[in-house]
Amino acid sequence: MALLNITSPHTSGPLDTGKVMQLVLIATIPGVLALHWHFGWGVLINIVWASIAALGAEALALALRKRPIKFYLSDFSVLVTAVLLAISIPPYSPWWLITVGIVFSVLIAKHLYGGIGYNPFNPAMVGYVVLLISFPIEMTTWASPRQAYDGQLPSLIESITVLFSGRDALPIFSLDGITMATPLDILKQNSTLTVEDLWTKFPQFGQWGGLGWEWANIGFLAGGIFLLTQRVFTWHAPISMLVSLTVMSAFFYDSGSSISGGSPLFHLLSGATMFGAFFIVTDPVTSAVSNKGKIIYGALIGVLLYLIRLWGSYPDAMAFSVLLMNFAAPFLDYYTQPRTYGHAKKDRSKSEGGQ
Amino acid sequence: MRKVWDIHGGIHPLENKDQSNQLPIEFAGIPEQLVFPLSQHIGAPAVAIVGVGQKVLKGEMIAEAKGLVSVAVHASTSGEVIAIQDNPVPHPSTMSAPCITLKSDGKDQWIEHQGINNYLNLDRTELVNHIRNAGIAGMGGAGFPSAVKLSVRGEQTVETLIINGTECEPYITSDDCLMRERADEIIAGIEILRYLINPMKETLIGIEDNKPEAIAALNRAAEGTAINVVSFPTKYPSGGEKQLIQILTGKEVPAGGLPGDVGIVCQNIGTTVAIYRAIAHGEPLISRITTVTGNACDHNTNYEVLLGTPVSYLLDHSGFHQKKCSRLIMGGPMMGFTLENSNVPIVKTSNCILAPTVDELPPPTPAQACIRCGMCAEVCPASLLPQQLYWFSRGKEYEKLEDHNLMDCIECGACSYACPSNIPLVQYYRASKADIREQKQDAIKAEQSKMRFEARQERLDRQEAEKEAKRKARKLAAEERARDNNNPDPIQAAIDRAKAKKASVKSEKPAAENATESLDRARLKEVLANVEKRLVTAKEKLKQAEQQGSDNVEAFRTAVEKTNSKYLKTKQELITFNAVNPALSDSSSMPAEKKILTGDAAQDAIAKALAKRDAASSMTDEERLQNAVSAVTKRLQKAQQKLAEEQRQEGEHIDLLTNAVAKLDLKLADADAAYQQFQNNNHD
Repeated sequence: MALLNITSPHTSGPLDTGKVMQLVLIATIPGVLALHWHFGWGVLINIVWASIAALGAEALALALRKRPIKFYLSDFSVLVTAVLLAISIPPYSPWWLITVGIVFSVLIAKHLYGGIGYNPFNPAMVGYVVLLISFPIEMTTWASPRQAYDGQLPSLIESITVLFSGRDALPIFSLDGITMATPLDILKQNSTLTVEDLWTKFPQFGQWGGLGWEWANIGFLAGGIFLLTQRVFTWHAPISMLVSLTVMSAFFYDSGSSISGGSPLFHLLSGATMFGAFFIVTDPVTSAVSNKGKIIYGALIGVLLYLIRLWGSYPDAMAFSVLLMNFAAPFLDYYTQPRTYGHAKKDRSKSEGGQ
Repeated sequence: MRKVWDIHGGIHPLENKDQSNQLPIEFAGIPEQLVFPLSQHIGAPAVAIVGVGQKVLKGEMIAEAKGLVSVAVHASTSGEVIAIQDNPVPHPSTMSAPCITLKSDGKDQWIEHQGINNYLNLDRTELVNHIRNAGIAGMGGAGFPSAVKLSVRGEQTVETLIINGTECEPYITSDDCLMRERADEIIAGIEILRYLINPMKETLIGIEDNKPEAIAALNRAAEGTAINVVSFPTKYPSGGEKQLIQILTGKEVPAGGLPGDVGIVCQNIGTTVAIYRAIAHGEPLISRITTVTGNACDHNTNYEVLLGTPVSYLLDHSGFHQKKCSRLIMGGPMMGFTLENSNVPIVKTSNCILAPTVDELPPPTPAQACIRCGMCAEVCPASLLPQQLYWFSRGKEYEKLEDHNLMDCIECGACSYACPSNIPLVQYYRASKADIREQKQDAIKAEQSKMRFEARQERLDRQEAEKEAKRKARKLAAEERARDNNNPDPIQAAIDRAKAKKASVKSEKPAAENATESLDRARLKEVLANVEKRLVTAKEKLKQAEQQGSDNVEAFRTAVEKTNSKYLKTKQELITFNAVNPALSDSSSMPAEKKILTGDAAQDAIAKALAKRDAASSMTDEERLQNAVSAVTKRLQKAQQKLAEEQRQEGEHIDLLTNAVAKLDLKLADADAAYQQFQNNNHD
């Protein structure tokens, strides 16, 4: 009798790539809900539209590359890209803005750079940077958080109208106060007021990191902790990023003068900090792979994040910091290869070059 | 509680051990036919010592070990040898190999055998010989000859003896049941091992904490002995030899080394029982405990199986349903290999037959893309970066693979298990390892042929140089003779020399022969001295290599042998020559005819010398000197080229070649000077 002949191991673990991606999607829920609560329907509409566009773009790319479409779509990776990019784009953005970002992410940054697993840069962040540079006004006008604005947030129908017809089509968006500078913006522009004065003058600062922002950050932190417990990624990169951001902001805080950079707590809970730490920095494809490499990778992202937030010309710096460090990941891997069982520590300074 | 260390990584697959460890060990029975592969171990296959048709008894040796690293095979029941031929054997490649087939007579009649009453009275070497004759190979996995493990000590002292009762693979319970039921035999076997290798520090039995009954049984049996039962948290692959050593001692076996390098010897639980039975009862290794499990079998249990029993026989005893079976595995689900055919026999290393259903171990799903999630690196017990190795394997980047220590992969399968994309990582590594080994073999072969070629070239050059030197010496001798006879005026001398030469060719043949003869003798002596010198150097080098344990010991040994034979040959030649041409001083007065008559060899030599002389004399001196200069120049150039090449490649022969170039330089200067002098003389 002839039996099946295959090599060991004959069993495999419970996780598969599709499940990993689904877990990541699930983990975004608390943060997305917080954003939705504070900024309205625009957040969810971004996500839905981005997902549709992304599935279409992925299917197109797979068809062009003659890959099995259903097999690759079932790994959910493109949905993760779509959700991450949609969260980064300001709510109540027009459909074309989201579509351009998604198409660039999926077609160029993912498939043209080699497809899943081969892309050197985080596709969502590439899409985000392309939008930020091409459409700076659209990309930097955030809606006001619910509590800082005394009018009504757009309804679901109104939000959908905005998606397809633009903000000008809706009278509500001509009202003053429906969009506001984010706390990070204000802090960056400020050179005359102390931090304490800023807090009393601007309603959007909220408790710690900005109205809405602090809760969104706490939500993403919760999602990140969930992923850590599910062993989807290790603590090394996100924690080292948060620690280095804390250290940087503590160093430049100077207890709140007019040139202060803001408190560590403000930086941890403002902008894209937690979202970046647990959903962008942890992208396995584009980050360093050894644990030591991940620690360095995360720490440098934290440093860059703070530097660009304070002295760069963009209000938030997650995308730039991550992309800059994506470049360095292979190099980090080369120098942080773990010590193999039975081997002495490798001395890379004696070997040739950083290949 | 003794301290235990943790290993890096590891996984926790479903253990699935309860199916097979509930019942006591059963004797599987005597099949009608048994098949004994001649190679059930690492090392040279055994050699059959029985013939077809021969009747053998249970326990009778039917194949003997060939060489030191080899293991004998014994009949596991009485019967008749009916075939010695290639049969399918349990091997991942589904290959066939030489086997002895035995038809059992059902009597199960033992050969006369006797245990050793008090092995403490026995010399250690003798005891190891008993173990060797009992055909015992490591029963854990690889099947390394136990006698070799126990005898090769050298100067290493063993600190720790470790007995591996980990059994970390899912499903397998053969060691578990053995420990539960035969703890006394295990402890007795370990005592024999302790006597043999005399561990200075401690003796440990390592068991995962998922086998409480086994731990309790061994603790009871080990009471009052120096043997320490250590349990540690269950985690795959704690049972790997290197991993277990790390868990129990915190030490790591150096890469490419053996446990002995850190003062440790490891033995499997099953092996200790086999050693006990061999020493205490005189029984060779003819049976083992094998787990038969998996949902495609109704009856999951451990059998005491006669070696050579076909797997199909065991399956028949266990209510096997082939239709339900997804694949048949020998070993566990992590490292076992599939059997294409259930006719293969149980061998010394067969610890488990796993017959899972499709639900239990579904066929592998298609591999998705690697997303570099790093889960493989998290679980790798060798702290490798499996995802990097995977990329390099796909790209066939062998240098990077070696740089990332692919060769330290123990193929435990943890990375493949953890991989969310279901990539068969281990298979990539196996293929790459095989490729690298092949490449290395090719490189060695190329290096050897290069060495052979260079040695030949060197020999030819040397012969050329010797010839040249001889010619020069002959010329000098002739000149001196001429100078002695005539006046010292250089011009006149040159003319006289030419005349004398012509004359000597024509009329003074005997004199020329005498000169040749004395030169031949001198040459032989010189060659002999040279060879002797070379022999001494070669011997020194060999000694050095042996002390340093260099890889080239074999090469040096051959060199010494060759040089030695050359030395003897040259000596023989000289003796023959002396015998043929007795006292040189007398020969000048002897008539030429007499010498010519002394033998064909001498005659040949003389004829050759004459021919050479004629050829040489037909050249003018100027031409000859010119020739010499150009020849040496050419050789110098060649040598310089070689040296440059060697320097570029940073080879080992730079010193040698530098010397050679310097020598040739001197020679060229000499030849040049001679030529200049000649010209000056002629133009004066």
